[in-house]
Amino acid sequence: MARGGRRLLSGVSLAVTRGTALSLHGRNGLGKTSLLRVLAGLLDPAEGRLIHDPEKTAYAGHGDAIKASLTVAEMLGFWADLYGAASIEPALLAFDLDAIAGRRGEALSAGQRRRCALARLALVNRPIWLLDEPTAALDQAGQAELCALLSGHLNAGGSALLVTHGAPPIDCPRLDLEAFRATPGEEAGAFAEALE
Amino acid sequence: MKALLIRDLRLALRSGGGFGLGLAFYLMVVVLTPFAIGPGRAGLTSVAPGILWLAALLAALLTLERLFALDAEDGSLEQLAMAMPLEAAVFAKALAHWLTSGAVLAALGPPLGVLLALPLEGALPLFWALLLGSPALSFIGAFGAALTVAVRRGGLLLSLLVLPLYVPTLIFGAEVARRGAQGLDYQAPLALLAALSLGCVAAMPFAAAAALRAGLR
Amino acid sequence: MHAMGSIWEYANPRKFMGWTGHALPWLWAIGLGLCALGLVWGFFFTGDDFRMGSTVKIIYIHVPAALMAINGYFLMFAAALIWLIRRQPVSALVGRAAAPVGLVMTLIGLVTGAIWGQPMWGTWWAWDPRLTSFLILALFYLGYIALWEAISDQDLAGDLTAMLAIVGSVFAVLSRYAARFWNQGLHQGTSVPVVTGGRTIDDYFFWPLAITMVGFFFLFVALVLVRARTEVRARRLSVLQARQAI
Repeated sequence: MARGGRRLLSGVSLAVTRGTALSLHGRNGLGKTSLLRVLAGLLDPAEGRLIHDPEKTAYAGHGDAIKASLTVAEMLGFWADLYGAASIEPALLAFDLDAIAGRRGEALSAGQRRRCALARLALVNRPIWLLDEPTAALDQAGQAELCALLSGHLNAGGSALLVTHGAPPIDCPRLDLEAFRATPGEEAGAFAEALE
Repeated sequence: MKALLIRDLRLALRSGGGFGLGLAFYLMVVVLTPFAIGPGRAGLTSVAPGILWLAALLAALLTLERLFALDAEDGSLEQLAMAMPLEAAVFAKALAHWLTSGAVLAALGPPLGVLLALPLEGALPLFWALLLGSPALSFIGAFGAALTVAVRRGGLLLSLLVLPLYVPTLIFGAEVARRGAQGLDYQAPLALLAALSLGCVAAMPFAAAAALRAGLR
Repeated sequence: MHAMGSIWEYANPRKFMGWTGHALPWLWAIGLGLCALGLVWGFFFTGDDFRMGSTVKIIYIHVPAALMAINGYFLMFAAALIWLIRRQPVSALVGRAAAPVGLVMTLIGLVTGAIWGQPMWGTWWAWDPRLTSFLILALFYLGYIALWEAISDQDLAGDLTAMLAIVGSVFAVLSRYAARFWNQGLHQGTSVPVVTGGRTIDDYFFWPLAITMVGFFFLFVALVLVRARTEVRARRLSVLQARQAI
């Protein structure tokens, strides 16, 4: 797996069984986010392949996809339509958004934006969740809500991959990606011959 | 796709969406023209079809930059790419852009023609030309916007890329309006203009989606 | 690169640097030699045209430059297809290298055309379909070059510029026909129609012209290869820098 022509991780092989979560760890710049993006089908791996169908994954990245001039209810309604969910009720419930449902994106705090972005997961009916730093900007209550949402998803037979720096919001095994760090000299690309 | 269309229309019409800006810009250019050309009716009549077209083209260009750049910035584009085929997303967004730019400008063009001494019989051809030609502007523009998503402040570059692509549309569109204003037959250029628009509507979403995909990688 | 002797082997950066290094002196020699021969012959050993006078002699620069301007775009188009389909890294660089050369050829064509047109048509510039097409061609070159410059990720820049080159080609052709529809022009018909094999100019002017055309072609190839070699070296340098940065 490469980013900007540099090899980041190699030999990563992952399997997450139904109903379980896995938390990925590693220092900054190691390629955790890139790995999630590969798994989400947004990025092509430099080598190897994905066994699962990216259509089965839901991805929550750094971007919250909040529009300044739309209300929370409108934004959630849009994603609900797109994913064929019947109503936005589950999303409002999961993160207690009822009070701010009529508020526009520009009036939301960082934590509220985060809740709104994560609430989208409750509308997406896909079994594999890929969460990139989901707890960033969340307060205690928000973390508890995320924990409840995640356990509900896992109990229903879904699975999740989390990238976190602190403690993961839910009790789950941890995997340190440091072991897969590509050794220098393994650079990909047609012009790497210059290194010889 | 309908959901995305409605969302984009909402975004365009709310504050900061740029819908009003485009229309105001169109009005400004038309109002400024007589100051540059002179108030004589003959001179104005001869440039009216061309100015009304050129101003519509520039007004459509004005709001193109934000077509994908804002969605790419806040992470919406990734989410869209995961939720639906990007071709469909491009189609819906370009359609929303057309509905809030070209379609409205087409309705606005003939009344503004009065300010430029456009002959009355030229109003209908101008309307048809703008209505049938502006989809090409939006869909070609979507391709240009997709190419410049990765570029910060890509607005200038976008116009450099897109304006040469607008040449055939402008030629046929202004030709329809000019012939109409002179009372000549304008069927042939109008048919060519419509064909061009249809071709762009059909093909450009694929080119733009390919460019967006390359940008997400 | 499994098949022995596959033509694509020559597009491998190392091989590319090897064979172009050997070929370049020859290309330069042939190109410069033929240009010198054709131009000297054309300028000093052909008489003046009975209608056009001595201004006709600018044809020996105008026509070859115009031809190379169009060939440059074809080369960009072909390189774009090869990059998008086969992902041969050198092809993206060849496209990038061809653009400035093509742009300069286009400008030479436009300027010499203006110098020729002034005494002939009594104007430096007319919105004739051919002249218009060339102006639009120059704009396409500018956009292509600007897009390459604007994107720092080289693979992404290669992808996007290739798409622009392909879509741009379609619109360049459309513009050409649209311009013809818009204004029937002043410009004379083509001097050396390739398709029919016939010629509308006299042998007297033809041979020096043919020689300069071939000479310009070799010069064009040499210039593009020099630029492509520079690009290959720049890419190697950036790989080395990326290595240092780890």
